[in-house]
Amino acid sequence: MSDLSHSSPAAPAARFRSPTDEAPLARWLLIAFVTVALAVLVFAPLIAVFVEALSKGWEAAWKSLISREALPAIKLTLTVAAIAVPLNAAFGIAAAWFITKFDFRGKAFLITLIDLPFSVSPVVAGLCIVLLFGANTAIGSWLVGNGFPIVFALPGIVLATVFVTFPFVARELIPVMIEQGRAEEEAALTLGASGWRTFLTVTLPNIRWALLYGVLLSNARAMGEFGAVAVVSGRRESATTMPLKIEMFYNEYQAAAAFSMAGLLAFLALLTLLLKTWLENRHAGELSANRRGH
Amino acid sequence: MKIEIDEISKAFGATAALTPVSLSIPSGALVALLGPSGSGKTTLLRILGGLEFPTSGRVLFDGQDATGLTVQQRRAGFVFQSYALFRHMTVFENIAYGLRARARAVRPPKAEITRRVTKLLELIQLPDIGARYPSQLSGGQRQRVALARALAIEPRMLLLDEPFGALDAKVRKELRQGLRDIHDETGLTTVFVTHDQEEAMELADLVVVMSGSQNGGRIEQIGRPADIRARPATDFVRNFIAA
Ligand SMILES: Nc1ncnc2c1ncn2[C@@H]1O[C@H](COP(=O)(O)OP(=O)(O)OP(=O)(O)O)[C@@H](O)[C@H]1O
Ligand SMILES: [Mg+2]
Repeated sequence: MSDLSHSSPAAPAARFRSPTDEAPLARWLLIAFVTVALAVLVFAPLIAVFVEALSKGWEAAWKSLISREALPAIKLTLTVAAIAVPLNAAFGIAAAWFITKFDFRGKAFLITLIDLPFSVSPVVAGLCIVLLFGANTAIGSWLVGNGFPIVFALPGIVLATVFVTFPFVARELIPVMIEQGRAEEEAALTLGASGWRTFLTVTLPNIRWALLYGVLLSNARAMGEFGAVAVVSGRRESATTMPLKIEMFYNEYQAAAAFSMAGLLAFLALLTLLLKTWLENRHAGELSANRRGH
Repeated sequence: MKIEIDEISKAFGATAALTPVSLSIPSGALVALLGPSGSGKTTLLRILGGLEFPTSGRVLFDGQDATGLTVQQRRAGFVFQSYALFRHMTVFENIAYGLRARARAVRPPKAEITRRVTKLLELIQLPDIGARYPSQLSGGQRQRVALARALAIEPRMLLLDEPFGALDAKVRKELRQGLRDIHDETGLTTVFVTHDQEEAMELADLVVVMSGSQNGGRIEQIGRPADIRARPATDFVRNFIAA
């Protein structure tokens, strides 16, 4: 207490350090470390990608993107994302709804199951799909016979992507829905609304921002997935997505083409990040990420 | 509407919430379910509203078996303890919700919905708050909006779970009178849950005293407030109303 009275009135703040604050030296060291790590691990590679992509100018980069080789890969990636992401949004909503609004045995097990794709290597997931639906299995050969191949084709890639991105929407929604409880839904039911109407008019509006957030995350992952898709695509030209194409270009010493496409993929990811940040700023209270964060 | 509860019991897995209880509520009565925490008051109210189904026993509305009716078919105006107002809708939309949810054939036209909501807002003495969101209301205002929302569906009965639980003493007193007035005006059979014996005695025509135990909640005494005060049926009731 005594040295408080000696402190100059201009700098009293320094005297009151919040108990969770670090000593100034430690704080500066930490900040410096994080900054350097971010610069080396994140910013430098990103900048390098864009610099490489544009090393021969915008026009060359653009031309390589709309080339006969590159364009189908871009289309395929967008198609896969356009199918897999809505599918996963639907699955994620259904799973989260089921887990939070009903009591049943095996709930903990189901929650673990939803997280499975996070812990299973994507390559293993891809292999499972090949094992199940490959042309040498009963289901697979029947499907191929009927003109609907799964492996080495769009359905297989969609399946692999759905598997890998499965947890994002459900994990985003579950904490939000648990916190909101069932009372509003029950109120709607007592007012005469059907279950479906209750879902559309009460549940969905209450989770919309968390849902959008989960969709953005799963979209970013869907467009970037490499391992699982590499296995099911079998390196067929017709089943090559952007990440696979980037690797092919690179292996064929077409560095410029590889980096233009990598630049486009990174740009899409940054766009997602931007949207995500905007959501976090605007609707912080309704996202579970922010609750978990503190 | 007359409500009869016939040997209703309820267990949640291994937890017994209600031992078989029986109760007859005359049409138009204002009834309090009074008891300590865990005595099964909410459970009984939710069974009446169709939000929970009994493990055994029957519910009768006007002598008709209503046990199998869905929550929508029961048409009970339910006021939740936390009010459960729809947070993303305005007060107006909250109150109109039940009318808009009706099947097209029985849904009132737009102008009629507006007229009814306006009338309900006047009934709860908050005519000017239709455009606000629930987060912009005080606790007492929320409670009244929840009541108006429940009344909008022209319910067959009114069920309220600790309607004044979260409010300060002064507001409680005001709203108590408000509920009494609305009950007298509509003539609806009304059941409300409380653990405040003064509130139960002052407001209700009929008080149902409940107690909890290992075997689930049970009914200790049913009677008019004056009778319960004068002649407590069990030691539990004597102690509970003396507290
Ligand atoms: N969904 C549920 N699952 C399991 N047990 C429950 C459930 N709902 C209630 N119970 C149990 O049933 C018993 C009665 O609960 P209830 O909520 O009806 O009591 P209450 O009289 O309303 O209490 P309070 O005054 O605290 O609200 C309690 O032992 C409670 O733990
Ligand atoms: Mg209760």
